[in-house]
Amino acid sequence: MPDLLLELFSEEIPARMQARAVDDLRRMVTDKLVAEGLVYEGAKAFATPRRLALTVHGIPVRQSDLKEERRGPRVGGPAAAIAGFLKATGLASIDEAKIQRDSKKGDFYIALIEKPGRATLDVLADMLPVIVRTFPWPKSMRWGQRSAKPGALSWVRPLHAITATFGLETEEPDIVKFAVDGIEAGQTTYGHRFMAPAAISVRRFEDYEAKLKAAKVVLDPQARKDTILADAKQLAFAQGFELVEDQVLLDEVAGLVEWPVVLMGSFDKEFLSIPGEVIRATIRNNQKCFVVSDSKTGKLANKFILTANIEASDGGKAIVAGNERVIRARLSDAKFFYETDLKTRLEDRLPKFDNIVFHEKLGTQGERIKRIERLVGKIAPLVGADVERAKRAAHLAKADLLTEVVGEFPELQGLMGKYYALAQGEDAAVAAASEEHYKPQGPTDRVPSEPVSIAVALADKIDTLVGFWICDEKPTGSKDPYALRRAALGAIRLLIENRHRMNLIDIFETHAKAFNTTGPAMVGWAGRQVQSSSVDLLVFFADRLKVQLREQGARYDLVDAVFAPEGQDDLLMIARRVEALAAFLDTDDGKNLLAGTKRASNILAIEEKRDKRTFEGAPNPALYSLAEEKALADAIDLLKVEASVAVMNEDFESAMSAMAKLRPAVDAFFDKVKVNDDDPLVRENRLKLLNEIRAATRAVADFSKIQD
Amino acid sequence: MDSLPAHMRPERSFQGLILTLQRYWADYGCVILQPYDMEVGAGTFHPATTLRALGPKRWNAAYVQPSRRPKDGRYGENPNRLQHYYQFQVILKPSPPDIQELYLRSLAAIGVDSHLHDIRFVEDDWESPTLGAWGLGWECWCDGMEVSQFTYFQQVAGVECAPVAGELTYGLERLAMYVQGVDRVYDLNFNGRDGAERVTYGDVFLQAEQEYSRHNFEFSDTAMLFEQFKMAEEACKKYLAAGWRDGGNRTEHLMALPAYDQCIKASHVFNLLDARGVISVTERQSYIMRVRELAKACGEAWVHTEAGGAA
Repeated sequence: MPDLLLELFSEEIPARMQARAVDDLRRMVTDKLVAEGLVYEGAKAFATPRRLALTVHGIPVRQSDLKEERRGPRVGGPAAAIAGFLKATGLASIDEAKIQRDSKKGDFYIALIEKPGRATLDVLADMLPVIVRTFPWPKSMRWGQRSAKPGALSWVRPLHAITATFGLETEEPDIVKFAVDGIEAGQTTYGHRFMAPAAISVRRFEDYEAKLKAAKVVLDPQARKDTILADAKQLAFAQGFELVEDQVLLDEVAGLVEWPVVLMGSFDKEFLSIPGEVIRATIRNNQKCFVVSDSKTGKLANKFILTANIEASDGGKAIVAGNERVIRARLSDAKFFYETDLKTRLEDRLPKFDNIVFHEKLGTQGERIKRIERLVGKIAPLVGADVERAKRAAHLAKADLLTEVVGEFPELQGLMGKYYALAQGEDAAVAAASEEHYKPQGPTDRVPSEPVSIAVALADKIDTLVGFWICDEKPTGSKDPYALRRAALGAIRLLIENRHRMNLIDIFETHAKAFNTTGPAMVGWAGRQVQSSSVDLLVFFADRLKVQLREQGARYDLVDAVFAPEGQDDLLMIARRVEALAAFLDTDDGKNLLAGTKRASNILAIEEKRDKRTFEGAPNPALYSLAEEKALADAIDLLKVEASVAVMNEDFESAMSAMAKLRPAVDAFFDKVKVNDDDPLVRENRLKLLNEIRAATRAVADFSKIQD
Repeated sequence: MDSLPAHMRPERSFQGLILTLQRYWADYGCVILQPYDMEVGAGTFHPATTLRALGPKRWNAAYVQPSRRPKDGRYGENPNRLQHYYQFQVILKPSPPDIQELYLRSLAAIGVDSHLHDIRFVEDDWESPTLGAWGLGWECWCDGMEVSQFTYFQQVAGVECAPVAGELTYGLERLAMYVQGVDRVYDLNFNGRDGAERVTYGDVFLQAEQEYSRHNFEFSDTAMLFEQFKMAEEACKKYLAAGWRDGGNRTEHLMALPAYDQCIKASHVFNLLDARGVISVTERQSYIMRVRELAKACGEAWVHTEAGGAA
């Protein structure tokens, strides 16, 4: 079956958009083919800075014919209905329609419509221009004379040529005939901008790719990446260095060249006095070059690796020299910034934060830092951190945002703070908190374990969350502009992974007072009045905990079961209960007890509904007539004592063992006892006993919230 | 080019570089204009770009524009940062289909050989919040150094460009440093002569950099500047209001250019105030908005003038 070759040749496409465009092109063309009933065998798309290309092979030459029967109005129906039927089906007269006999409802007309399949070449000629015009570039533009008129083509950068051929390997392929905004599809493309700019005539994908290669264009981005990586490693290795690998940079660089040529340059050793991260950021962000390290010491070396787009006539000497000059100038700037920064103490930068708005409803950065300092004072003792050091760390943690280096390279925030804090003689833990208080940034990022860092990291995140909850700017759906989900997850991981206990409601309530707003409405929570935002935020934490557990493959549905008993605001305890409960539910005792309590709950629900009452309160022992009743009552009493002691001691494993003891009594009860006894008093008493099962187990977890 | 005397060659003299670019674009058919006679932050502010980019009429022009960035002053101590520098600006409307080749040939004209050097078009979306303008294009790199900005204007002064103009901006000092092989801007040979006849960029501008840095960062009269900003803003609005030929029905404007001068003035005064650090972060945004409003109103007026295509 024949193949399609499509190439869209343009001016330089931004590197960051190429990968997505490759996927979009393949998806749009193949989806449309399938929608047209043209099932293909395979498709692959490619991008270089100047072209998007697609090959789809094994497409049928034409669509299959379609036959369809369409039901029409009844025979002798209104003239308007018959006219409409003729119009819709394309029949010339009603005599062309078949008549379907129907003795019950009356005879009616049927039209047989035959739609012959179209040639694929024509289908392509219709669909490709639409795909070009509707291509989802993140940003697109108009250009040239045609942009004077409305409806001009919009593309990522000016589009110059379209190649579109369709045909069998053995034959000269057809050109898919279409035009977009004056650009006629054909079979002419162009080679490398500088090394082989002449026009090339191509037939199909195989000769297209080969001819491009001869014209110094490597079509496949992966092949360009492989070349750059292998050559860069080799070049570094040959001189006793090791390439500092950087996938994001590699992806970008491969999108900037059609013919990668890897070269190595160097810079003055004196620049190695700047922190390595600053050198790397300078060379990487501004110059898109790789850095290398000394294979023996692992330290950054005074070398860099660049990827040129041409084989220069002097072997690359001028290119290396030019890049070296730019990097020297850039590093001079970086060194100047770094040294300038060192001249000002971090605390002396703080007054400027009073003029920087953090959020219009939450005041300035200066106010925020003061709030965090105050909150750290409360949190530090709970996580075993020295209060004074933690407050000092919170005081300085954000100061590097106002330094020159961070202004130039925002991704170095925190890290520079650490360097500057150490340089001005701060305690190591205080300095480390500058960097670590931003952590963890996501589910896989490292969680700090140094108490001062933990205290500042928690205070930073909780201040953000409490603030946004008070002013009601919570995340909704996919919108989370302040990364509040990440902040909550970070706080959860800080607490659980470091095994720190904290009554969050208390923290939220106290911290809410630090904001100059009239608080939201008060609500009851575990027997006291608290702000509704605090309860909301706690629920948000529980939801995040579920997400976290789900991602770890744990029983996230158990969070609701252990969270349901009132007064639960200690995440570590919740997590430990979930852990113990999950282990218990894996045992036979656990499974049967879960089944037993669910059965009790179901019976209760039905009977409560029937009688329109609940069965609260203690059962009357005098009414027990069967041994199993008595045994269950005893088991429940024992469980109540044992479980409450175990829960009080936070010994959740023992609480589970206590519940396990309940299982035989519950099983025996359901086996031998008829709940709905004829004597209403006995019946009521037995229902109360069932309610007791529910109440007793609830001290540990609400079994009704567990999914089977 | 071989016929050029040595001192006129672009790789020998700063002025030789400028003259070569002027000749190249004159030869293409551009009108070669002189710098606009007001302080501006970039060549784009010249009405030959900002206003002429709007409307349907063909327009091809090139010029040198001294550009003032008060904040970038370094008292003459930084090897490549200046508060006053030159841009060479080319505006081609509509953007010709071979504009990239035209640009590359202009580099060849000043001695940048594309078989020896690595020339790249690296994504750079341009936006000027104060001008209410944006476009897509690239930074043009030569061996890792940004030597030009290349932009297809999509919108200027809040008005859609139809047709789109292509704008090329060459950073002349950087380019000259590159072709002359000099690391410090003040060491550039300005006139291409040797020995006693040699004049450097430092001879011409070092003292100015020192004096203006002092002025921009320490002594500029902020009370006066705040007043000037307000005056320029009011004057701009006044001229715009008075410029409509028949008052209410806004069909033809007769004073877009003088009004736009006041917009440029306000923009530069804002830059001076910003350099003095007397504008807070929140105020900063509102100043930018105020200048943008002026620019947009000027753009609206311009498209109702003859050159703006109203007639």
